[in-house]
Amino acid sequence: MIVSAISVRLKHMIRFDGVSKQYPDGTKAVDELTLEAPTGQITVLVGPSGCGKTTSLRMINRMIEPTGGRILIDDRDTASMNAAELRRGIGYVIQHAGLFPHRTILDNVTTVPKLLGWDKKQARDRARELLDRVGLSSELVDRYPGQLSGGQQQRVGVARALAADPPVMLMDEPFSAVDPIVRHQLQDEFLRLQDELGKTIVFVTHDIDEAIKLGDQVAVLRVGGHLAQLAAPADLLARPVDDFVADFVGRDRGYRALGFARSGEIPVHAEETVRLGSEVSVDGGSADRWVLAVDSDGRPAGWVDRASSDDTGPAEGSRLHRGGTTAKQDGTLREALDAALSSPSSRGVIVDADGRLLGTVTAQEVLDLIEARRSDARSGAGAGSGTG
Amino acid sequence: MINQIIDWLTDPAHWSGTEGIVHRLVQHLEYSAISLVIAALIALPLGMYIGHTGKGTFLIAGIANSFRALPSLGLLTLIVLVMSGSLPFSIAYLLPTVIVLVLLAIPPILTNTYAGIQNVDAEARDAAYGMGMTGGQVLTQVETPCALPLIISGIRSAALQIIATATVAAYVSLGGLGRFVIDGLAQQDFPQMAAGAVLVAVLALLVDLVLIAVQRFVVSRGLTGRYARTTASSDVIEAESVNTLSTAR
Repeated sequence: MIVSAISVRLKHMIRFDGVSKQYPDGTKAVDELTLEAPTGQITVLVGPSGCGKTTSLRMINRMIEPTGGRILIDDRDTASMNAAELRRGIGYVIQHAGLFPHRTILDNVTTVPKLLGWDKKQARDRARELLDRVGLSSELVDRYPGQLSGGQQQRVGVARALAADPPVMLMDEPFSAVDPIVRHQLQDEFLRLQDELGKTIVFVTHDIDEAIKLGDQVAVLRVGGHLAQLAAPADLLARPVDDFVADFVGRDRGYRALGFARSGEIPVHAEETVRLGSEVSVDGGSADRWVLAVDSDGRPAGWVDRASSDDTGPAEGSRLHRGGTTAKQDGTLREALDAALSSPSSRGVIVDADGRLLGTVTAQEVLDLIEARRSDARSGAGAGSGTG
Repeated sequence: MINQIIDWLTDPAHWSGTEGIVHRLVQHLEYSAISLVIAALIALPLGMYIGHTGKGTFLIAGIANSFRALPSLGLLTLIVLVMSGSLPFSIAYLLPTVIVLVLLAIPPILTNTYAGIQNVDAEARDAAYGMGMTGGQVLTQVETPCALPLIISGIRSAALQIIATATVAAYVSLGGLGRFVIDGLAQQDFPQMAAGAVLVAVLALLVDLVLIAVQRFVVSRGLTGRYARTTASSDVIEAESVNTLSTAR
């Protein structure tokens, strides 16, 4: 059809329309789920085990058939499509990657292009490009999955799902089987990749922190497959609809929500500095005992306590207190507040994009800024609601 | 005794002619090969079907194990008695022999094929369907290649049993290496009898070696852990992955 060739850009590529899954023994895994996954964005399904999040995901590519309702992709009812053909158009990433152990990395990645009948060379070129893109060195392409670490395998899993350039990606706990450091790495790279690719992604996790970090919108499901709340991460933290969501979102949510609020141009105070390695003047007339040491490029190195009697000499080495964090001027309010709270002088260090000192702020100033934002939000209530 | 066996085996007169070792060896291989091929043609598709669909698993426990318990010689005699009246001479003895050997070879091939397919990594199978493979593609492109180590080991053990048991062909007046055993026993020619047994054992070993070579050739290195040589820096990762493979199996 000519209409579909033009490909109208839909606002919601995936739509759940009253979708249920009931097993023969009567248990309901998913109950009348209505949900829309916006085009080009990451929708995270999160909830405790038994909430039907994986079932919901697997109903999109019909790995599980719904017993009620409809799922529409690009306005087409998936039930009317051939299941295998439908799946070839949807990227699928699972926990532990599920790579084929008997095939090399390159042959794993060319799986879907081969199913679609691509030319062999074209498929291999595409696979090499993707493996490079997900950060795997080219010497790994002829290895077997058993020779790779868990994190590397998961990168291959992502490359394999992207091979035929599907507009939709389904990801079922893809990062939960790797250690925390690798997981954060994979998450950061995933977000970077998504910035470039703009896929419509449905992502399942049981980890609320991962949901909040990755999601453009987060759907919290409760046991029995009911949608408890669908909201942008910041809204979820700020306004959980009920006790279940509030509990699930967890502690520190007020503080964590600040991670979504850009600090903007925070007014800073000029700070007295001492060049790294030079003598610290014991200036009795100075307002404060703490002075900030900076290196030759103007990057903060640590605080020096000039009132300390047993610690004298130039501003270097063990004389530097390095406990304070720094916040970028265009960073988040969370970073700014943390910089102030973690600073021994109670003054948070604000730096520019290159890490050079701009000045300092106090925790009170950050709090005032937060309060000002909140009263702005209250007076303009309603304007900012909806999905982000 | 050992010397007498060696003397018998090294006597050129015993190697040539229609009653010589070479001819008997070829006959023995013929019966074995026919039986193995027929058994594989039955057991491989059946095992693949049961492993892939999960339907008919009772066949594995039922048929496969009861076949194993059948006494080959008794069964052979029975089938010959039943068939001898109604079939021409050559078929009346060959067919019962092949039937017995096929029944013997089905269980190891069937159970190993089923187990191999069924034990394929559930996540690899899930990914295969999730990427849009049809059932047939999953079976041929993922399940069967991954099950090959077990399938071939089933074929190897079937081949060993067939070659060892094909000696019964001589019992129903056919040829094969069993001739030396049966005739040696009848004639109280013990060196001949023992030499026949040795020949069967050597043949079984040689065939197993050939099948091991086939296995090396057809099974993916990704499954066996015998990876191609890589740079020294990756040796540690390689060793680790070999360990996980061996503990996983």
